[in-house]
Amino acid sequence: MTAAQYLNCLQGVMQREWLRFFQQRSRFLSALVRPLLWLLVFAAGFRAALGVSIIPPYSTYITYETYILPGLCCMILLFNGMQGSLSMVYDREMGSMRVLLMSPLPRPFLLLCKLLATALVSLIQVYAFLAIAWCFDIRPPLWGLLAAAPALLLAALLLSSLGLLLSNGIRQLENFAGVMNFVIFPLFFLSSALYPLWKMRESSEWLYWLCALNPFTHAVELVRFALYQQFNLTALLVCLGLWLLFSLAAVLTFNPQRAAVRG
Amino acid sequence: MSICVQGVSFAYGERQALRQVDFSCQPGCLNALLGPNGAGKSTLVALLSRLYDLQQGDILLDGLSIRQHPRAALRQLGVVFQQSTLDLDLSVRQNLAYHAALHGLSRREAAQRIDAELARQQLGERQHERVRALNGGHRRRVEIARALLHQPRILLLDEASVGLDQASRRALNQHVRALCDEQQLTVIWTTHLLDEILPSDPVVMLNRGRVVAQGQADALSNGATQESLSDAFERLSRASEEPAL
Repeated sequence: MTAAQYLNCLQGVMQREWLRFFQQRSRFLSALVRPLLWLLVFAAGFRAALGVSIIPPYSTYITYETYILPGLCCMILLFNGMQGSLSMVYDREMGSMRVLLMSPLPRPFLLLCKLLATALVSLIQVYAFLAIAWCFDIRPPLWGLLAAAPALLLAALLLSSLGLLLSNGIRQLENFAGVMNFVIFPLFFLSSALYPLWKMRESSEWLYWLCALNPFTHAVELVRFALYQQFNLTALLVCLGLWLLFSLAAVLTFNPQRAAVRG
Repeated sequence: MSICVQGVSFAYGERQALRQVDFSCQPGCLNALLGPNGAGKSTLVALLSRLYDLQQGDILLDGLSIRQHPRAALRQLGVVFQQSTLDLDLSVRQNLAYHAALHGLSRREAAQRIDAELARQQLGERQHERVRALNGGHRRRVEIARALLHQPRILLLDEASVGLDQASRRALNQHVRALCDEQQLTVIWTTHLLDEILPSDPVVMLNRGRVVAQGQADALSNGATQESLSDAFERLSRASEEPAL
């Protein structure tokens, strides 16, 4: 197979994800409503109660809405990553996974195509969310929006690969809801998305360590720093390393036999 | 293109689905794989299409082992699965374009082949409709068009006529036979419905994971005594289940 054929395959997988995404408008709306509620309702109530001191990458005092914006961007990526894996389980149950597996291209490449496609669909939703936030005067630096794109892509790949890995362990669609509760909520709440880590440390040392070790925290910090055109090396290395690790584990644990039908 | 199944056994854990299956298919015609539900036909299709890894034995396509050359084998195979694998929310054309991309075809090449296949399957006017809006017979035609897009030399149809009415079943069967004549396709048609088999068809009978008979349908049905293929199938299946003395 030639490089052009690999590229054609990638384009095809991405096009299918786009088409499915645009046809599921309710999915797009719900992906936006969730973080907007946090931003416009939850944060509005909390801004008076919670003071955020000057911490990197911020050079001045900021509102609580400004603080949680990167975390909410990553929340979209997290939900989409899990939604992507849900669609893998759905495809497996409905049989359409077999179409993918009948491709003569290597299966690890096909899975990576799916990952990239899911990640790019997530990015569109994040930028739509940032545009709405902009309208409500929650405005990161303009150049930061551009600088954050690679960070958002890496975070999306990390969370999608985690979702793909999880989907390999799920036998039936019905089992997925429980896993979502045990994965999404702990990842989100035990992170720096809603509160700075020093706040967590004030409350409890072990809670702080849980948050500090959470991969989602590093995804949030990577995006937060990038939005302010700064570079967080630790977050970058953790996200990059875990993305590669989760992707490798997802490829190795992928079992095509589950995609077939017994006769 | 020849297909040769050699000593294939397969088990789902403790349950043995195929036992030392050996047979060859005649190139360029419809080969019927006949067996009741649970005989192991779909397992065999899953092995041929590399959805399952071979546990024992080998399958040769034109002498090439699919164990050693799985991707080369997949390029030669078009498959229509028993359960529909179309994306119901995409249009006919979008489904075909997705498959073409998975086989590495460029957009221009894919567009040409899609047009040709849609015309051949008489689906041109419905190409922009969502698959959800099509009836069972048309969906099967879309799946056949899709399976032929990358110009395979072997077409596997796993109980493709299940769920279709009598007229659609007959039309589908005739359509596949026409494809064999036009393109010299080697077809494996798995079924438990005997009326889909013609006297001249090469037949492999499978029961409880074993090949119980193989040969031309009229020879198997013992034409001299006017035994029907159905009777022959029952007789041979019964014989295969009787314990050896």
